[in-house]
Amino acid sequence: MIDTVAIDVRGLHKRFGRHEVLKSVDLTVRSGEVVAVMGPSGAGKTTLMRCLNLLEEPDAGTITVHGRTVDCTSPRRTRHRSRVIRDIRTRTAMVFQNYNLFPHLTVLENVIEAPISVRRLPRSYAVEIGDRLLGRLGLTDKRDEYPSRLSGGQLQRVAIARALAMDPEVILFDEPVSALDLELGAEILHIMKNLTARGITMVIVTHEIAFAREVADRVVFMDAGYILEEQHPSVFFSNPATPRARSFLRLVSEGDGSPPELERTN
Amino acid sequence: MDHLVLSMPGLLRGLGVTIMLGVVSFVLGFVLGGLITLARISRSPVLKATAIAYVSLLRGTPLLIQIMLVYFGLPQLGVRIAPIPSAILAFTLYSAAYLSENLRGGVLAIDQGQWEAADSMGMSHGRSLRRIIYPQALRVATPAIGGRFIALMKDTSLASVITVVELTRVAESTGSSSFRYVEAFVLAGAVYWLINAVLSIGQAILERRMGRAYT
Repeated sequence: MIDTVAIDVRGLHKRFGRHEVLKSVDLTVRSGEVVAVMGPSGAGKTTLMRCLNLLEEPDAGTITVHGRTVDCTSPRRTRHRSRVIRDIRTRTAMVFQNYNLFPHLTVLENVIEAPISVRRLPRSYAVEIGDRLLGRLGLTDKRDEYPSRLSGGQLQRVAIARALAMDPEVILFDEPVSALDLELGAEILHIMKNLTARGITMVIVTHEIAFAREVADRVVFMDAGYILEEQHPSVFFSNPATPRARSFLRLVSEGDGSPPELERTN
Repeated sequence: MDHLVLSMPGLLRGLGVTIMLGVVSFVLGFVLGGLITLARISRSPVLKATAIAYVSLLRGTPLLIQIMLVYFGLPQLGVRIAPIPSAILAFTLYSAAYLSENLRGGVLAIDQGQWEAADSMGMSHGRSLRRIIYPQALRVATPAIGGRFIALMKDTSLASVITVVELTRVAESTGSSSFRYVEAFVLAGAVYWLINAVLSIGQAILERRMGRAYT
C-alpha cells in the first residue's frame, strides 16, 4: 500500500519566532486524492502548504513525498538532504495566490524554464509540451506576451501551465483564486476541476465551499496550528464534528461566501 | 587657438586613453563586482564578511590614495606595475566595490516570491540566480550602474597624477606650454561631457530595451 501514499506528514512543527504556527500536524494524502484544506485565518494552512514544498523549513517532524523523506528534526544542510528536497520539489508543483510568474520572461519561457533546467528536456521538446499546455488552457495567442500584458485570470492560467509542465505528481494550490474576481476565479476553478480527472494529487488551500464540496475527496479543517478534523465534504459541510468547524462554516457561508478574514499569506 | 589645434593629435590620443581606461576598468569592475555580490549574498559567513570589508574599505577611502598606493606603494613591496595597468587596476578595484552594491540593491529589490517560484520547481540556487534573479536585478540596477560608469569616466582623470597621458594630462601639458589654460581645460571638460552624453543616451536606450517586458 505504501506506493499509493503521495504525501505523508508526521509530527510537523513550525514556529516563527515565538509564534507556533503548526503544532504537531499529521496528514496523509493518497495518490490521486484531492484534498481541500480549510480553516480560519492564522490556522496554519498556508504554512503547511509551504512546508510540503520545503519553502519553509519545519522545526520538527518528517515529510515524505512519494517515498522521499525529509527529517526536519535535525535540519543539517547535507548534500543528501538538499538532493532529497530538490527531488521533492521537482515532483510537487506549487501554484501561488499571487502567481509569482517571472516578469522578464514571456509566457512560453515561463512555462519551459524549469522543464529545461530541472527536468533537462531538450528545448524543442519543452516548447512542444509548453505549446500543448498553453493550448489546453486557452493561452495560445498569449504565448509570446510578457506577464505584464495579461489579466489576473490569464496569469493564474500561465502559472498552472507552468506547474503542469513539470509533470508533477502533486500540485499544491495556495488560495489560487483569492486574488481574482468571481468570474475569473470560476474559470480557474473549472480548470482545476478538469485536472482532477487526470489523476494528479492535489492539495488546495481554499475558501470556496462549493468548489471543495464538488471536487475534494476530503476536507482537512485546521485551526490554530492543528488539524481538527478530516472528513468527506458531504459530511464536513453538512455535519462537521467539531464546534470550531461549525462556527467557521456558519461565518463563511454567511453573505457572499467570502472568508471571514483574509488569510495571512506568509 | 592655434596651439590647441596643433595639439589635436595629442588630444585624440588622450581621448583614446581615457575611453580605454574607463571602458576596460568598468568591464573588469563589473565582473569583479558581480563576484563580490555573490559573496555578499551567499550563506557563507566568511565570504559575506570578506565582501563587506572589501566594499567598506574601497568605498571609504579616496580613490586618489588607492591609485597612489598601487603605483607608488606596490614597488616598495617589490611589485612594479606600469602607469596604465596601475590605473586600470585601481579603477577596477574601486568601481567593483560600488558596482557590487548596485547589483546587491538590484537583487534585494526582487520579490521573494520569485525565489520561491524557482525553488518550488526544484531549480538550483545558481540556476535561479542566473536565470530568474540576476536578469531582473540587472534591470533594476541599470540606472545606478550607468551612473557609476559616468562617474568612472570622470574619475579616470586622476590617472594623470601617475603620469598616464590621458585627456586631463594632455590638457594640462598643452595649457602649460601655451599658457592657454582656460581653452585647454574647457576643451577637455567638453570632451568628457561629450563622452558622458553618449553614455547617457546609451543608458536610456538600454533601459528602454530592458523595460520592454514591463510595459
